[in-house]
Amino acid sequence: MSYKTIVGLEIHVELMTKTKIFCNCANEFGGEANSHCCPVCLGLPGAIPRLNKRVLEYAIKAGIAFNSDISKFIKMDRKNYFYADLVKGYQTSQDDTPICSGGYIELELDEGVKKIGLNRIHIEEDTGKSVHTEDETLLDYNRAGVPLIEIVTKPEINSGEEARVFLERLKATLEYIEVSDCKMEEGSLRCDVNVNVVDRETGQKTNITEIKNLNSFRSVARAIDYEVDRHIDLLKKGQNTEKETRRWDEVNGETVVMREKGDASDYRYALEGDIPPFTLDDAFIEEIRKSMPELPHEKKARFMDQYDLNDYDAGVLTATRDLANFYEETVKYIDDAKLVSNWIMGDVLRGLKDEDLEIDSLKFDAKALADLLTLVKEDKINNNTAKKVLREMFETGKDPNSIVKERGLIQISDEGALEGIVEEVLAENEQSIIDYKNGKDRALGFLVGQVMKKTRGKANPQLVNKLILEKINNM
Amino acid sequence: MDILELKAREIRHKIINKEISARDVVDAYIEHIEYVDNDINAYITVDKEGARAQADKIDEKLANGEPLGRLVGIPIAIKDNIVTKDMKTTCGSKMLENYMSPFDATVVEIIKKEDGIIIGKTNMDEFAMGSSTEKSYFGPTKNPLDLNRVPGGSSGGSAAAVASKQAAIALGSDSGGSVRQPASFCGLVGLKASYGRISRYGLIALANTLDTIGILAKDTEDAAFMLSVLAGYDEKDPTTVDMPLELDNLDMDLKDVKVGIPKELFELEMEDIVRENIEKIIQLIKDKGGRVEELSLPNLKYAYESYLILLSAEASGNLARYDGLRYGHRAKEYKSLDELYIKSRTEAFGDEVKRRIMLGTHVLREGNREEYYLQALKVRSLIIKDFEEAFKKVDLLISPTSPSLPFNLASKVKNPKEMYEADLFTVPVNLAGLTAISVPLYNDITLPIGLQIIGDKFREEDVLKFGLAIERLVK
Repeated sequence: MSYKTIVGLEIHVELMTKTKIFCNCANEFGGEANSHCCPVCLGLPGAIPRLNKRVLEYAIKAGIAFNSDISKFIKMDRKNYFYADLVKGYQTSQDDTPICSGGYIELELDEGVKKIGLNRIHIEEDTGKSVHTEDETLLDYNRAGVPLIEIVTKPEINSGEEARVFLERLKATLEYIEVSDCKMEEGSLRCDVNVNVVDRETGQKTNITEIKNLNSFRSVARAIDYEVDRHIDLLKKGQNTEKETRRWDEVNGETVVMREKGDASDYRYALEGDIPPFTLDDAFIEEIRKSMPELPHEKKARFMDQYDLNDYDAGVLTATRDLANFYEETVKYIDDAKLVSNWIMGDVLRGLKDEDLEIDSLKFDAKALADLLTLVKEDKINNNTAKKVLREMFETGKDPNSIVKERGLIQISDEGALEGIVEEVLAENEQSIIDYKNGKDRALGFLVGQVMKKTRGKANPQLVNKLILEKINNM
Repeated sequence: MDILELKAREIRHKIINKEISARDVVDAYIEHIEYVDNDINAYITVDKEGARAQADKIDEKLANGEPLGRLVGIPIAIKDNIVTKDMKTTCGSKMLENYMSPFDATVVEIIKKEDGIIIGKTNMDEFAMGSSTEKSYFGPTKNPLDLNRVPGGSSGGSAAAVASKQAAIALGSDSGGSVRQPASFCGLVGLKASYGRISRYGLIALANTLDTIGILAKDTEDAAFMLSVLAGYDEKDPTTVDMPLELDNLDMDLKDVKVGIPKELFELEMEDIVRENIEKIIQLIKDKGGRVEELSLPNLKYAYESYLILLSAEASGNLARYDGLRYGHRAKEYKSLDELYIKSRTEAFGDEVKRRIMLGTHVLREGNREEYYLQALKVRSLIIKDFEEAFKKVDLLISPTSPSLPFNLASKVKNPKEMYEADLFTVPVNLAGLTAISVPLYNDITLPIGLQIIGDKFREEDVLKFGLAIERLVK
């Protein structure tokens, strides 16, 4: 029997505007509890919200990046429910008129490119946070009124892995356009999953499960895989799933029932009367469109074209905006796009991975890397030396010229200087010369190695090679 | 000279001319309040010390020749749903019995800045839901003209305060007639400004799209004077706008005005004495050369039902924030968060508030929303169009303010529907965001009847000019 997995995601993303959505309080993560609050974000009697223009701008940016239709008509609605972290008894959100409708994100999967459709993107306010201690619950309203966009996908994701790739893509794009830092660990990106399966033969569907409490993209994928197995097992037994909300338990790697959905919430949506509906100027949206930074796929295409990179390399180098910027910055200082890409794709990324660092936490900058590669390119140091210098740059952040100078690593590319050493080595290794002449190519490598050893790695290996061959051939 | 007889603008004038001191004024008012308010119950809070201190400050400024504001020394009463830092703001409810706002409403800030004297906070129907000021947790207010009758509502405390000379002028709020109807019942001028003319920041919301701050004054010129001080854009209330307001010369010749009689309003039931007096004034206007014509605003027939649905829907959301968690009444014992909500709200809200919350919740529920709430929004647009059409033909519309004379205390509290009907003539103005004024027409049974004059949005000068002309006509 074969089953199809159907997944839709609801992603809440905190926008990194300077101030909150309806007041001038700072939009910052953390801070002393209830220190970033005012009558408006606390919903005190008599306070009136003022919609932050930046929030519209950021949401529209996201919509443009994800190919959505942008609505000029802006209307806010109240979503009514009671909860301790909700100061007004309703969340100001958007009901039937989301700022962005439709759109899609393209995923590059092993089997090819797949488009995942979006239903909508709407703006809303975040709620406060409940802090549960042993015997009481404390409330911190610093987060109340932080602007959010909620992105709702169509149910077009068909595996945990696809969901993970989708989220990576989404995050990269939102970071690219600088609307969110997308830190799942700080809650600035939160993802809920809706999943069910269909029996391809009988067409029988399981009831949709909603999964919450997902703390990483990996948990999203794992939780989906777990749920899919659970749904299939039940179908096989002739049973079905309950329509319910489940919580992902990271430690035990399983989902557990959180609440049954029997009595679906009725949010009694009503117009937010304090923010009368209005229509945006075309110019406002056009201005945002014009100021859109290059998107990941656009940058990748440009890299392939401008730097003559292959698809894979361009993909890696544009995976994050920071990495792409680092690459371009380096190429500015040294006109050898291929050399730079080889080094970043190789030793730089490896070094980052080994030390579990992000590109923005490197101790050296693009100029320093370019300096290092210039030394290589001008044959002042060889590749092996350069790798050693790079490792030291990772550790100390020192500039490569100083390292090379301090350690006396400048490559010997002076024929005169090398000639004596080459003669010395040949005199000491007559057998190798005979071996080489008898067709053993490896002997040449040995001789070069001996010269390198005597020069403590500083000799230009190509030059050494050339000199040895000249000498042997003249013998 | 009897200080209590002075109009608001005369008090200012006499203090600036040093005929009386601000302290004289405040002392006279406080003495009078102490003498009469036990019988009337206009005030929930009287700030004797604050008022005296403010008066002394003004006298000192005057002695030092410092510049003085536009409301110098005027004792002003403020409805208790407008927040003040120095006095509690109760909304006439047990829920906010001891609530202290951390900020002043914009109108309060203006009054303080302009050297006005806020003498106290006035009684009101709980959360402004009512038309008789009998629905206050702090007991009913009585009509100073006849203590067996109601002063109207919900701004009955403000009206009674001015009518009994316990304040020179007062602020109320008008979401469906709550300033105009008490003005009518207490023989005062009641001005409801256009939606957006006076900042609502700090007015505790009943229904955000209907609420406006209004003025209860001894005569039209006082109302105009107060409006000129309070009107204008406030960045804290984005629904305010800066529209021209020309109030320097309020003289008008009735020959220059075209008055409309909305057929649908005159088809409503009203007491004979009301109809007779209104017809009499229409004849008087005609006699003075005014052009009066009947016209039809067909959708006014549905105004009341739409109003009740929209007001209740918005109110049910606005009152959700009173959950006992952050401020306001909290039940003493509870076993869960839900129980805390339910008990706190059950204990602290009165019947009328509960009724409207239930009604609002009902009309927003899935399955009802389309039929009630969305339908009411559509009717509202039609009513706005009807008014637009009407104001193409005439300058002003007139009607009775209330279908009845002030009714007896306790005569309608048991019958909500009858009580609601007190607002039949006033609610269309709020639905369309227009301005209107109620001016008293005295009759031979000593109880006043109010004439409602409705003007187009932001045409306050029209209603004030016409109001002044009527005032002169009937005196």
